[in-house]
Order: sequence, then structure tokens, then C-alpha cells
Amino acid sequence: MKTLPSVDVVIVGGGWTGLLMAKELGSRTTLSVVVLERGGLRKTDDYGDDMDELDYAIRLRMMQDASRETVTLRHTSSHRALPIRQHASFFPGSGVGGAGEHWNGEFPRILPDCFALLSNTIEKYGAERLPEDHSIQDWGVTYDELEPHYMRAEVLLGISGKAGNIRGKQMEGGNIFEGWRSAEYPNPPIKIPYFSALFRDAAKALGYHPYPIPAATISQIYTNPDGIARPGCTYCGFCERFGCMIGAKAQPTNTLLPVIQKRKNVSIRTGATVRRIVHDTTQSGGSARGVSYIDGSGEEVFQPAEVVFLASWTLNNTRLLLLSQIGEPYEPTSGKGTLGRNLTHQVYFPAATAFFDKPLNRFMGSGASGVRIADFDGDLFDHSGLPFLRGGILLALSLGFRPIANFGVVPQSVKARWGSEWKKAALHYYDRTGNIVFHGEHLAYKGNFMDLDPVYKDHFGDPLLRFTLDWRENERKMGEFATAKAVEIAGQMGAKEVTPFPGLRSYDATRNQSTHIQGGTIMGSSPDRSVLNPYLQHWQVSNLFVLGASAFPQNASANPTPTILALTYRTADAIVNRYLKNPAPLA
Amino acid sequence: MGLESKCPTSRRTRRHLVCCCAMRRREFLTLSAVSIGGVLVYSLDREVFRLAAQTNQSIRVPLRFFSRAEALIVASAASRLFPSDEAGPGAREAGVAVYIDRQLVGPWGRDLHRYTQGPFEENAPAEFGYQGQATPQQVYRQGLKELKGFDRLGPDEQDQKLKQIEASLFFSLLRQNTIEGMFCDPTHGGNIDMLGWQLIGFPGPRMSNFDDVDKHFGETFRPKPASLRQMTGRKVRPSEDQE
Repeated sequence: MKTLPSVDVVIVGGGWTGLLMAKELGSRTTLSVVVLERGGLRKTDDYGDDMDELDYAIRLRMMQDASRETVTLRHTSSHRALPIRQHASFFPGSGVGGAGEHWNGEFPRILPDCFALLSNTIEKYGAERLPEDHSIQDWGVTYDELEPHYMRAEVLLGISGKAGNIRGKQMEGGNIFEGWRSAEYPNPPIKIPYFSALFRDAAKALGYHPYPIPAATISQIYTNPDGIARPGCTYCGFCERFGCMIGAKAQPTNTLLPVIQKRKNVSIRTGATVRRIVHDTTQSGGSARGVSYIDGSGEEVFQPAEVVFLASWTLNNTRLLLLSQIGEPYEPTSGKGTLGRNLTHQVYFPAATAFFDKPLNRFMGSGASGVRIADFDGDLFDHSGLPFLRGGILLALSLGFRPIANFGVVPQSVKARWGSEWKKAALHYYDRTGNIVFHGEHLAYKGNFMDLDPVYKDHFGDPLLRFTLDWRENERKMGEFATAKAVEIAGQMGAKEVTPFPGLRSYDATRNQSTHIQGGTIMGSSPDRSVLNPYLQHWQVSNLFVLGASAFPQNASANPTPTILALTYRTADAIVNRYLKNPAPLA
Repeated sequence: MGLESKCPTSRRTRRHLVCCCAMRRREFLTLSAVSIGGVLVYSLDREVFRLAAQTNQSIRVPLRFFSRAEALIVASAASRLFPSDEAGPGAREAGVAVYIDRQLVGPWGRDLHRYTQGPFEENAPAEFGYQGQATPQQVYRQGLKELKGFDRLGPDEQDQKLKQIEASLFFSLLRQNTIEGMFCDPTHGGNIDMLGWQLIGFPGPRMSNFDDVDKHFGETFRPKPASLRQMTGRKVRPSEDQE
């Protein structure tokens, strides 16, 4: 193994969190910073050729190569796990920018009460209302503490939206249910296409409170405080699963990379696959010494560092700690250990597929253009007589209908799935179909967790990460409730036929349900129940920080990126202002 | 190494040699100009040629994976799934068989990006996705064996035959690939002349809808389609041509 000269900071992963930390430390300190990214370099110029549904959205050119590494899945601890051989239910990215390159760019904050979910639920409904095998807990950080960091993230990316609550004052047209905001969004909302406008008008007529989705696909030319200028979105529709060829969608490569590249103290090494965090640890704690990785030529390299940041996306954060044997793996029977617990995936499904008699021109849009309602989110509606806790948002997204993915969807009244009858109906309905989608909270349960698979290996021979994951009654009942509301709205929109979601059964690895997988290295206020302290610092290894949604104790209905960035900013502040002066536990 | 020098399209990887050089002499799908729309085919070097439709003129399309007999079956079957009828042209005119032939010889057909380590659990519940060992190439080759003579049957008999295999993996791949071949960018060999896109009013890669995205409510708005090549002004290398 080759040993390189030591650096101050090594960051594993070149996505949103890794590059944001690199930018902050690179700009605010003189520390030497190295970012290790296993994929290749990517930039806006590369994306001119990517408006090809087949290669990008079907063959998944921007995603992690499943032939090299994937995860295994079982529904309960008593089953044998099988590998997810092709990514479908979620899409990990690969290359500089990570999944932040092919994301949609929806940018909602998490509701304030989610950060103290356990305390708030017990206080309002009593402990007996909690599911028997739940493992939800408070985050150890409050919404009020995070608010300024949310704002910084929104300003960095130029988020386009309409505030619904500025310092407690409700604002018409925004999400009146959102947590308080210190200021308006930096840009006005993006345009609302026809399908989303139908949803908006129907929701309003039914007494709900529609609002434009806060979007990282920005509405106009914008220059952020780092001097990064980006153009407004052109609604080309090649957004979700694609990189933006004009840079209107905020991506790590167009928002952070140009700043980092100007810093002499920061370097990015691509093709560097980290396999272990090298550490000296004992029972009482210890320290990380650096990381070992395989470089582009296949050579094993040791990169010593004073501080290690693990920023390699939810699943790989957990896996690298397990492989490196840092911390105690979670064991569900005894409840011992913290590493790998509280695996959650958003409750996400097309609640109502609506068929109209008018064309919708659905090829136009962006990954985040559309309208939401939060009337059934969180605990914003009374759950006293309902068979479930919490809720989620309903939305009508106009993301640019892709023909291969969407052709052939027909109303239930059409029975054929091929041949002339099907073709005729499919041609008729192709541009007359829209989904009202539900994003719901996924509570954490003792039985849903991650560990290392005993059978299946990656291309290096290391064990794959194993999911033990299934839905519970709370998600199924919440889903039924949301489906009924979506069907009601679809009717109000003028749909001629509506196909309701059939309901959640077992966790289905073949159905796309967002890339919002969370947990595994969760944060909290006690080392007995969490891997990280509220500054995302490892409880036992204080020169190791873990960034990303692996820190979320349970899944909120909101898309995770805004909260990921806000938490990263907060950690960067704590490091610059406190940790560098006294490298010790921050909590 | 001897094999490599004899292979007309030799590439670096051993895996490719196995599937390419194991092939017999190069075969062609011979179609009448009318039957493929009479307008657009691909030559050996994959440059697009536009041909005037002439009765009785036949066109030879080089096959990369299928034998001629297999390609005729695939073309016939795809044409039953997505027929050419009063609702418009179908799989035959859009070149779906040519599209599938190229996909099968590319990384997808060889499972280069699927996790293919064992053990395999062929009878796993559907929510785990396809767990089998066979690659799309193998699934097609096996599936086509069971459709021997299919292209010489009448339409009703063909439909009966397809109904019998509706639950098979081969059928679901064929149906999915037919839709792909109808609506992919023409660079992949299907959607010839953007026929599929014209059928559904999809304009293809269109740089800006800024002026239109919040207009035309309730009315049809159908910009003229353009392919990726027309839009970028250059040839973009499709995934099936990569190692």
C-alpha cells in the first residue's frame, strides 16, 4: 500500500455534502483539503448530449453501476436477503456531484415538529399511540437552530418559490403550513404548467392550500453570494435522471465545483474508491488516521488526515463504517448497537392516475415545476380518529413526460396490454394522463435496519450492505387515506377516469419511490441511541464526521437535500468556530 | 488471439469476443422498402441513408445479434404488439427489430451493468425484481426458439401464440423493448423518422419551452420533432456502441 503525505482534511464523496464542506473549509480556512470521489469528473458542458431518455432515464447512465456494487434486501430478519440486481426503487449517483446531478431539484424544508417527533407525539397523543415496534426519536437539533442554515442553502442554490410564513406572518400563495422563515425565497416561483395548474385550481376549490414547489430549477438568472451565475430554467423536461445542460438546475458541479476549483488548498481526486476508514479505536473511543482507497490505476493508497468527513451518500456512509468496524453494529433482537438502525425510505407512490379528455402538453416542465398541498402533512390535521400517525404532501409535478416511461398507461376500462386496442387507447391517453403523487413520512421501526450481507459481495470482494425493510400498518393506512384525498382532487380536476394506487404491500424493489433513503448513522442527543452527535460528529471517534441523510433518525415527507445542506452548513460552522481551536467532542 | 484477428469487429474485452465471434457469418434482415416505411435505413457503418421508396426494392439491414430467421420473428411479434393499423404506423415502420438487435449486442444485452453474482434465486417474489442468471441475449435466444415459424403464421394465430407466452420474461422484455424501439431517439436504430414521436406529439430534445410551458392550456401544442443529432449538430455515441 502506498502512503501519501498527510493532509488536514479528507472528504469521502464529491456530492452535495462533500463539496459543500470542501467549499466552506477551503474558503474559510487554510486547511489542506482532499476530496475523494470514486466516479469521474462531470461538468455542465458534458450534459449537452444527455437529452436521450433511453441511455439516461432507462439505462441509467448517471447512476451507480449495479454490477460493481448494490444492496441486498429482505423484508424481515427471518428471511434470506437477495441482491437488488438493477436499481429501480432508488437511484444512487456516481461521479462528481453524486445524485445531486440527476436530482429533480424540489427544495422543501422539513416541518418544525419533525425534529422532536418522539417528544411531540407523546405529548399530544400519549405513548400508547406509537406503533409497538417503533424506534423514532428526536434529532437533537431544532428547527429554530437550523433555520438560518436552511436560508443559506436556499440562497446558495437560488431557490425559486413563494414564502408562506415569514417570521410567523402567513403569506398568501405560499405554504402557510411551513416552518417560519427569516426571509422570502431568493427568486420568484417557477412557471406552472397546465396539469399542475389544474391541480392548483381543484385543490383551492376543495378548500386546500396549494403552493408552487420550491425549486432549484430556478426561475430567472441568478448570481449567488459566491459569484456563481446561473440562467433561468427553460422547461425542456430533461431534468429528472439527467444533468442540466445550461446549469439552471442547481447541481454540485455548477454551484460548488467552480468555487472549489479556485481554491489552491482543495483538490479533488476522481476514480478514488474508499474501502476503509483507517483508525485507532478502543472501547472508550479513538481517532481516525485517514482512509485507504483504490485509485484509478487499481493501486491501494493510504491517505492520512487529521479530520475525516464521510460524505458518500446514505448507504455508503453506513457501509463504510460497518466495513471499517467503527462503532457497534445494531442488533434488532437485543436492541444493542446503533450503527445501521432506523433505515427508512419515503412513503412515495402515485396516489391517483388521472385520465383527462383534453391534451396536457406534458413534455414541457422541469424536475421541480408543479404544485403541492401540505394540508395532510405531518400533524397538521387531527389524527385522533385516524388509524395512523403523521402524513405527507400531495403534488402534481410537471417534470417533462418521457415517452418510453409513460407510453402505454391506460385507464382500467381498457383491458388490453398490447395489440391494436391497446395501441389506440395508449395513443389517445398518452398526453391526457397525469399522476397525483404522495410523499409521506416513514416512521422508524426496530425491525428496519442495515447490516453487512453474509453472502453477496461487491467487485472488490467486500460484503454488500443488507436492507431489512418492510412497510407497517401506519404507512399502509396513511397511504389509503392519502389515496382517497388524491382521487377526490383528481375528480375535481375534471378527470374522466381515475386509477387509485392499489395500496402498499411488501417493500417493492422494482417500483421507483424516490431516492430519499435515510438512516443508518443517525444523529441524536445520546450515544446510546445514535451514531452521531447533533453536529454530525461521531460519538466515539471525534475527528470523524458523517454528512448526509444517513443522519436522519426518521423520514420526513420533505425531500432530504435542503436539510442535508442545512445540517452540513451547521457542522461547517461548528468546525471552523470551535473544533479547529479545540479538536474535541462538540457535544 | 487468433480469434481476435479474425473477428471483423474485434474489440478489447474478452467478454465481447465470446459473444461476437461466436456468431456465424454476418446476417442481414432483408425487408422491402415499403415494409420499413421506405425512407430510412442504416448501412454497415451506421451512417444514415435516406432512400426513395421504390416498389420492389429491397433493403438489407446488417444484423449484429439475431440471425435472419430470428429477426423476422422479432419483427413479426413486435408488429403484433404495436401493429401498423388505422391508428397509424407501428413497430415495423419504426424499425423496432433493428433497435432490439443493437440493444442485445450492447452492454444491456450482455448484462454488463446488472449485478450478476450468484447465488441466483430464480423463483423469488416479484418485488425483488429479476433474479435469474440469463442475460437478455440468452432470454431472447431461448424465447425465439419457442416461436419458430412465428413469422409465417396468420395474425390471429400469432396473437394466440403470444397470449400463450404472455407471462414469460421473454414476452415482458419484448413488450418493453418494443415500446423503447418506438419512442427512443433515432440514434438507437428505432423510431425511424421520429414516427413514434409524431404519433404521440413528443418533440424530442427541445432546448426551450420557456415561452410555451404556461400557455396552450387545454389545447394541443405540437412543435416539430427534432432528434438529438439534429438538435446538437453532431453524432452522440449511444450506449449500445460502448464497451
